[in-house]
Amino acid sequence: MSAIAPSNPRYRARRLQNALLLLISCAALAFGLFWLIWILGTLLYEGGAALLRVQLYYEMTPPPGNDGGLANAIAGSALIVATATLIGTPVGILAGTYLAEYGKRSWLAAATRFLNDVLLSAPSIVIGLFVYTVYVARAKHFSGWAGALALSLIVVPVVVRTTDDMLKLVPNSLREAAIALGCPTWKMIVLVSYRAARTGILTGVLLAVARISGETAPLLFTALNNQFWSLDLNRPMSNLPTVIFQFAMSPYEDWHRLAWGGAALITLAVLGLNVLARLVFARKD
Amino acid sequence: MSAVLPIPETASTVATAPRASWADALFENLTRLFALLVFALLAGILIALVIGSDVTLKKYGVSFLWSSQWDPVQQHFGALVPIYGTLVTSAIAMLIGVPVSFGIALFLTELSPAWLKRPLGTAIELLAAIPSIIYGMWGLFIFAPLFQAHVQPALVETLGSLPGIGTLFAGPPLGIGMLTAGLILSIMVVPFIAAVMRDVFDLVPPLLKESAYGLGATTWEVMWRVVLPYTKVGVIGGIMLGLGRALGETMAVTFVIGNAHQLAASLMAPGNSIASALANEFTEAVGDVYFSALIELGLLLFLITTIVLAFSKLLLMRLARHEGART
Repeated sequence: MSAIAPSNPRYRARRLQNALLLLISCAALAFGLFWLIWILGTLLYEGGAALLRVQLYYEMTPPPGNDGGLANAIAGSALIVATATLIGTPVGILAGTYLAEYGKRSWLAAATRFLNDVLLSAPSIVIGLFVYTVYVARAKHFSGWAGALALSLIVVPVVVRTTDDMLKLVPNSLREAAIALGCPTWKMIVLVSYRAARTGILTGVLLAVARISGETAPLLFTALNNQFWSLDLNRPMSNLPTVIFQFAMSPYEDWHRLAWGGAALITLAVLGLNVLARLVFARKD
Repeated sequence: MSAVLPIPETASTVATAPRASWADALFENLTRLFALLVFALLAGILIALVIGSDVTLKKYGVSFLWSSQWDPVQQHFGALVPIYGTLVTSAIAMLIGVPVSFGIALFLTELSPAWLKRPLGTAIELLAAIPSIIYGMWGLFIFAPLFQAHVQPALVETLGSLPGIGTLFAGPPLGIGMLTAGLILSIMVVPFIAAVMRDVFDLVPPLLKESAYGLGATTWEVMWRVVLPYTKVGVIGGIMLGLGRALGETMAVTFVIGNAHQLAASLMAPGNSIASALANEFTEAVGDVYFSALIELGLLLFLITTIVLAFSKLLLMRLARHEGART
């Protein structure tokens, strides 16, 4: 009897085991997609109506029982995220440049890469705590700057990592050609390496913005919250994640509705940025 | 191989050379300064948190770790309850998340048709992009009520009456609690672990897999006996990465864990994790001791996650080096 004859019991058992476990593998994938669809569906169902109300975009966050919108939170979030990106991106790009162009395989570069990767996944609430102890506790007040600083510390490792990776992909022949023409190293990096790695670096920045747009924990003890319209970065500043947290944890129905609206808004923005980053990157290939 | 050819000596005859070398030195040192900044950031966080928790470090010493008291009125603080909650929720998350991630990675590397690989991979990665506060809100308003009404009573009836593990599933079904927090965490860590697993599975040389298939191995046998042993270091690295995420996750847990400073044997009881205690109590804390105790909690969380993440990174680097040596 052949070893792979369908009647061989050992072969049958192996095939059965294989089919069963592959079925479980498909089930695992379905499990993952199931939550994604459920969560996104819930967000659209609960927050969709709130998103379509124009008041959401121009009215202030209301006291309980009143009608209102999220205008101050949206503006505050946009301002904090923009400031954090403006602080974090140059730092990240320059540090990434050092790793890829100068440090390469030196111990300093290797150690920095290692610590940067640890920082990349460090709990964001600890970053908030750090900014609280070194800035908020000294300045004795919560402020938009502190929030932006905390978020910029999350931007830095993301941008360092992608800049380093993308610059390493630039072919050395390009660099050598520039140097051979008598181009100084710094000019070679700025005019040749950066230009070749442009879309990759941009992808990293977009992913970093997506990451910080939904971050709540580091803002709790830094930007805090503000019920009113304020664009003064030196004062506590309203922002979407904190407002969602506060409103969702409250017992009021109309606050819950606004929280769902804010949640849907943030998720759409974050997923949109992610998709945009992928499109930007895909166009390069 | 040197990455950039050195500028030949004769280049100094070019008129701009002295100015260029000055600018070069400036640019190189500027970038080095920022790299050092990243290097220093981790140390800075550690030092700032140690200084911030000065009061309780002196007052309680190591006993802070195993005291279960948390009494802001009497100003007595111990970290046992939040540490316990953090470990239990992360353990539940790993217990569910790891097999599911393995299944997803298996599907993406071996079973999926080529045209489906990218969209499915992207969909799973989007799960990682959803902000954690969304998971928390969804968990509190949608998942917890359903879990309370349908799943928890069944768990109490079936598993709750078993000897041994029965105590884990005893008590009233509240919807929120450590079990719910662990389940939501498991959904959140799946994309991280699955992405690493898929990437390391792709590193396996096709020759190895094809040899096994050629000998008549089934897909599962190739996965379990060839791919997994070859990549086990990287797989453990991925699991550690997920664990690091689960330990430090704040908002999703804060919404559903119940924020009760109590040590309960039942997984369905409300509890507290380090991160959720910080998120809930920090802005309301009064008094130096209270603040210091919370900052020390943050310090503990930072130390635990840094060790786990560093371990993960070391394992992944070992796999990468191994891979480099082979080719």
